[in-house]
Amino acid sequence: MALLEVKNLGISFGGLRAVDNFNISIKQGQLYGLIGPNGAGKTTIFNLLTGVYRPTDGSILLDGKSIVGQSIHKISQEGIARTFQNIRLFGKMTVLENVKVGLHNEYKYSLLASILQYPTIKKEAEMNERAMEILKVFGLEEDAKLLASNLPYGQQRKLEIARALATNPKLLLLDEPAAGMNPNETLELMDTIRLVRDQFNVTILLIEHDMKLVSGICEELTVLNFGTVLAQGKPEVVLNDPKVVTAYLGE
Amino acid sequence: MANEFVKKKSGEVKKASIKKLIVIALVYVGVIVLVNSGILGYQYRNLLVSVSVNIIMAVSLNLVTGFLGELSLGHAGFMAIGAYTGSLITLHLELPMWLEIIAGLAGAGVMAAIFGLIIGIPVLRLHGDYLAIVTLAFGQIIASILNYAKSITGGASGLSNIPEYTTSKHYILVITLVILSVVIISNIMKSRYGRAITAVRDNYIAAEATGVSIRNYKIFAFVVGAFFAGIAGFIFAHNVGIIKPNKFDFNMSINILVIVVLGGMGSIRGSIIAAIILTVLPEMLRDIQDYRMLMYAVLLIAAMLFNNSKLRKHLVDDGALKKLFTRKKKEA
Amino acid sequence: MNGFIEQFLNGLIPGSIYALIALGYTMVYGIAKMINFAHGDIIMVGAYILLLGLNAAGVPTWLAILLSIVGCGILGVVIEKVAYKPLRNAPSLAVLITAIGVSYFLQNLFLVIFSSQGKSVPKFIHVSDFTVGGVTVSGNMIVILVVTIIVMIALTYFINKTKLGSALRAVSEDKGAASLMGINANRMISMTFAIGSALAGVAGILWVSMYDKAYPTLGAIPGIKAFVAAVIGGIGSVPGAMIGGIALGIVESFTKAYISGELVDAFVFGLLIIVLIFKPTGILGRKRIEKV
Repeated sequence: MALLEVKNLGISFGGLRAVDNFNISIKQGQLYGLIGPNGAGKTTIFNLLTGVYRPTDGSILLDGKSIVGQSIHKISQEGIARTFQNIRLFGKMTVLENVKVGLHNEYKYSLLASILQYPTIKKEAEMNERAMEILKVFGLEEDAKLLASNLPYGQQRKLEIARALATNPKLLLLDEPAAGMNPNETLELMDTIRLVRDQFNVTILLIEHDMKLVSGICEELTVLNFGTVLAQGKPEVVLNDPKVVTAYLGE
Repeated sequence: MANEFVKKKSGEVKKASIKKLIVIALVYVGVIVLVNSGILGYQYRNLLVSVSVNIIMAVSLNLVTGFLGELSLGHAGFMAIGAYTGSLITLHLELPMWLEIIAGLAGAGVMAAIFGLIIGIPVLRLHGDYLAIVTLAFGQIIASILNYAKSITGGASGLSNIPEYTTSKHYILVITLVILSVVIISNIMKSRYGRAITAVRDNYIAAEATGVSIRNYKIFAFVVGAFFAGIAGFIFAHNVGIIKPNKFDFNMSINILVIVVLGGMGSIRGSIIAAIILTVLPEMLRDIQDYRMLMYAVLLIAAMLFNNSKLRKHLVDDGALKKLFTRKKKEA
Repeated sequence: MNGFIEQFLNGLIPGSIYALIALGYTMVYGIAKMINFAHGDIIMVGAYILLLGLNAAGVPTWLAILLSIVGCGILGVVIEKVAYKPLRNAPSLAVLITAIGVSYFLQNLFLVIFSSQGKSVPKFIHVSDFTVGGVTVSGNMIVILVVTIIVMIALTYFINKTKLGSALRAVSEDKGAASLMGINANRMISMTFAIGSALAGVAGILWVSMYDKAYPTLGAIPGIKAFVAAVIGGIGSVPGAMIGGIALGIVESFTKAYISGELVDAFVFGLLIIVLIFKPTGILGRKRIEKV
């Protein structure tokens, strides 16, 4: 059974049909790409999957369980984590604290415990340890005490992924992870994404414009145009599909 | 590497708790010496209670405005709820003093917290300017109802003959309440609860997507803030002995806001220091009493302009100021 | 029935003044996306300028009125330049706190200069009362209503039919795009503050014509109430401000007459909270969605 099973998903804003009859099936452990020209509705689909928007019709099953209509933080707890196209970090908190917010639901203790500071010290130490492990994967362990807003751009993108992983997701959604990166950084990012999938045992769905990245790491692709699926399948097949080429380059 | 860091970190935590205990002990010793040695005149001894009330008010407002990042313009309303509830309890109960104080404090805090919950509900869907206005409206509604419900609250003339349980004579009790309030709030802010609140402030969309319920933590911050404002209200009422609705007006909310802003939003230590200075200073400068509010206004504007200026970015964020000081230290 | 009409009129008068003040809030919010908390205090400044003009020897009434309106307009622009413009890109919390600071500054500046004692404003509107069907309407009320109606028609015309008005709307729609089209956004913002503050000056003049006393905190309550009116009407919407202002005045007057004078504030602010819960954008406001 697929980890994520989306059927006939659609949403309208007023009269505008932003996404229509969208279907996707992603297997456990897959690295899946969602591509399409600007305004095709890619980020809208992320917003539908994470509960920011409620779909007008269709169903979303995560691990066989419907998540339509649940609140954003509930869906996060169900196992979908995401990053944002325009980076959204907790700027005035340290790098370490950003990741610890991601651990919020993984390590719990009561309000009374937090007031008495007992036994929270132990729990917090465990959290620090886990957070540092995650940061290490991204080479951010030396920056743990920096304010997130003081990190360079590329590192901020990585920190966002680290924070998302801290929530222990089944499915990780990456919204243009390579945006604003130079070719070298992009190559490095590709390795990191593969490493993340293997080490954290997570399924990844990513939106990307960088074709090198997409064809380099995605095992399957869905091409979106004007809110509907244009093509679906293996990258080498999809990217050579004349319909897809036209959609990207024009007639 | 990671483990070393963790060890270092938990070591730091232990050191911090020891430091905290030492500071608390010093506060007690300091206050006892100040009061008993006669260094403080009667007037300043009385000020001890005002300072205490303002510290609790400022630290609890900081929770909402500094840490959650939502401007609350009705903090005096919660204080009023605490003052009235606490006073009604101590006025009507016929129990030994200590029991009355405990019942009054509990009633004051809990009732204010309930109102915090009530105000928290409309607050859920709002943020920024709109939320600030709802809190302002809330403060006005409280004052209006206190004026109206004459049979319970005494209307515009208020409640009088409130037992003087928290005057400067009972300074140990007052200081203990201040320390408890500050320690509880700062411990909460250092925990996962505080982290969630600050995450909501820094980016509420990301916080929600990371599994933090904005709704719960917004309400939580309001409820805890209101609880301690209620406690401050109790202390205030049982110090002055008479309370009226107009004591808890918009001006009071603004006074506390000035303390929080000047002390530094999100800094508990800053709120405490600013509360002490801004309570004692006007008392020392009685002659310019009329200019006090004018000065506050100018300070408020100047602080906001400075905080968002390029100069500050250069001095604080880029560390120019720090460099200046560390160099001086080396020379010395 | 006469009592009912009387209460209606009693509400219509402050309601019209609230509407004039609310227009300033709404215009500024529309273009600068900020709540100018000091807006209410400009009413008070307008009242004092008028008072000084009326008391000065040799200044005709019309000149005193004009000076007051122009003075308020200039004050609005100065406040914007000094306190708000440096914060254009700051978080809204910082802007709101600054605006509260400006409000406090004005109140306390006038307190220091004129003391907290109210100063009587001599009567300067001389229009005789008249009676229709047993209800007496004072000349002053009629002047207030007429002025309000004229101002509203003029403002609506200005915003919708003139070139400057459409530039104004363009900036409030999208500051960046309007700048690219060659519109000077800063000048538009200054102009909005000037117009809004001049309207507050008009409101101040009408207010003291009715309640004949000037004091430093005069603007605080009508200011807050007018803000409530602007929110109820839908902040950013000019017709919304008019409807909101008048509705608020009438609710106030009926509460005072038929329920309780002490509960007026509870009703007014309760209404605000209810509107914000069920329709946060007010009656005529548009929804703004933050893009994720």
